[in-house]
Amino acid sequence: MTPHVILRVVSKLLIPLIAMFAFYVQFHGDYGPGGGFQAGVILAAAVILYALIFGLDEAKKAIPPSWVRIGMTLGVLLYGGTGVVTWLLGSEFLSYGVLTPDHPSHGQHYGILAVELGVLLAVASVMLAIFYAFGSRQPELSDEDW
Amino acid sequence: MGMLEFFPEWLQYHGAALAVVLPLLMGAICAILPSERLAWITTLIVVSICTVTAFGLLLVTFGGESVIYKMGGWDPPKGISYVIDGLNTPVIFLISAMALLTTLYGLPSVVAEVEPKKRAPFYGAFLIGVAGLLGMVVTGDAFNVFVFLEVSSISTYVLVAMGASRDRRALAAAYRYLILGSIGATFFVIGLGFLYMETGTLNMADIGRKLQELEGGSRVAMVAFGFITVGLGLKLAMFPLHMWLPGAYAHAPSFVTVFLASTATKAALYLMLRFSFTVFDVSFDYVLTVVTYLFTGLGCAAMVLGSLQAIFQTDARRTLAYSSVAQVGYMLLGVGMATSLGLTAGYVHLLNHAVIKGALFFALGAFWYRYGITRTEDFAGLGKMMPWTMGAFTLGGLSLIGVPLTAGFISKLQLAEAALQRGWGWAVFVIMATSILAIIYIGRLILTAYFQAPPEIDGEVVKRNEAPLMMLIPMWILVALSITIGVNSDFVVQAGQMAAEVLGGIS
Repeated sequence: MTPHVILRVVSKLLIPLIAMFAFYVQFHGDYGPGGGFQAGVILAAAVILYALIFGLDEAKKAIPPSWVRIGMTLGVLLYGGTGVVTWLLGSEFLSYGVLTPDHPSHGQHYGILAVELGVLLAVASVMLAIFYAFGSRQPELSDEDW
Repeated sequence: MGMLEFFPEWLQYHGAALAVVLPLLMGAICAILPSERLAWITTLIVVSICTVTAFGLLLVTFGGESVIYKMGGWDPPKGISYVIDGLNTPVIFLISAMALLTTLYGLPSVVAEVEPKKRAPFYGAFLIGVAGLLGMVVTGDAFNVFVFLEVSSISTYVLVAMGASRDRRALAAAYRYLILGSIGATFFVIGLGFLYMETGTLNMADIGRKLQELEGGSRVAMVAFGFITVGLGLKLAMFPLHMWLPGAYAHAPSFVTVFLASTATKAALYLMLRFSFTVFDVSFDYVLTVVTYLFTGLGCAAMVLGSLQAIFQTDARRTLAYSSVAQVGYMLLGVGMATSLGLTAGYVHLLNHAVIKGALFFALGAFWYRYGITRTEDFAGLGKMMPWTMGAFTLGGLSLIGVPLTAGFISKLQLAEAALQRGWGWAVFVIMATSILAIIYIGRLILTAYFQAPPEIDGEVVKRNEAPLMMLIPMWILVALSITIGVNSDFVVQAGQMAAEVLGGIS
């Protein structure tokens, strides 16, 4: 008999919805409130809820800390890399218009998508990294040692 | 400008962004590199490129030009602009060159002071800190300044805390720095909020123009100026707001102390100049009052009290840290005069002090590296045990005191001249008096090192053990630079005049 049956069942139902909502916020960011930062936080919240209910070890099995570290870097590189691409195409840093010279506003659309994806990845990874860091912290002195 | 021909045209325009973007992205990569050696090489390459870029930008502005870089192709004031002018290129070059020298020094020093697993992320945090400082200085957008201020501060807190493997007190020092630094950043951004309310723009040049039209603006602008002054004052360790500095300098790894002492407070002082003289203007009554009375008053208080506190420290790193508080006072005194000569003197001292303090902290780090020494009384016999390092420390110390033929003398001469021109004879007296205090705290260290015998351990006199070459080279580069400036100060003074020209000031 596992404890917290209700919590487990409800959160199993909720976690996919939270993750989906994160992506809704992500892609809706073009037209309304939202974007990579908010979506990243919501996505990380889904994993954190999983860790709270099923334990940190299970969460680390699902999303290993090594992925989280790479995710942080990858997010920054995706953002910065977009800028570097616009540099290579001969324009200013992050000047998305040059991505599609015939129709600059399309380029701006693609550019912002890539950048927001980078933000999503970086923010979600950083949130998880902080949570993992605090969650797996071992007290340096046990209570008896005091 | 003959040398400028070797500098690619692309960099003359895009260099402003490259110097910020490159360390930022490579810092992120460094954080996940598997080997510390690889991380060190990456760091070295990145800061070398930054230094070359900064030197090129320096040449561009020495040629009398300024560049406005449009981030993302958007025109200012709507878009973010990066501005390269006579005021910021010397500071950009200072930051990148100091980053290069500390990286060289870091090869032995970081191995000794940081845990193996943390070394690659350490370099990552360092590169991000460099990016933050460069960003603060290069950007022409007031809110962007805040962002980079936070980028540099947060990585600095981490770097200071890395000293924990050598001294647990680093954690407390980093935490205090975190709290005070965050308060400073908050005050700064509150000030920006008020400024935005008053002018409706965030571009610094545009704010300056709008405030001129409003002739200084309403009380909202005054409040904004107050908040910005306090916020930046915390960052640059203006006298009563310096409490974070001694702990952070004393307990951080030597590598970090050198870098912080010679760049972080300098970048904040640059911002203070930028905001007080170009965004706001000394032609507004309230700005002139703050600059004349507050900066000068606090500057003099820092000079006297900082030097006195430096005398009573038992830890050499704390002595130099309090001396830094005093030296910021000299810069503020120069700025407080608000005349062209005073601003030149303050700016020259900003550059000179970075060179001098860098050399001194390099030497202290080497003492710790070889013998684990930080306390003043343990300096006994260092003149025999590490003659080259102690030689560098002595020359740096003389420069700090302001002995002729050193950089410190040039700063003090400039300051005294500016004070006399302003009619502030008393300021010359304060400069003289605090120089005497500097003789006491530096002289005490030098005398202990040269005139006391090396200690004996188990009946044997401790043997000579010179610092590794990788530590001596950057140390002596700075010492040589300090003496070069002392002999021929033209290029530093020219940089100061260029800055004073951008700042304006009262006539």
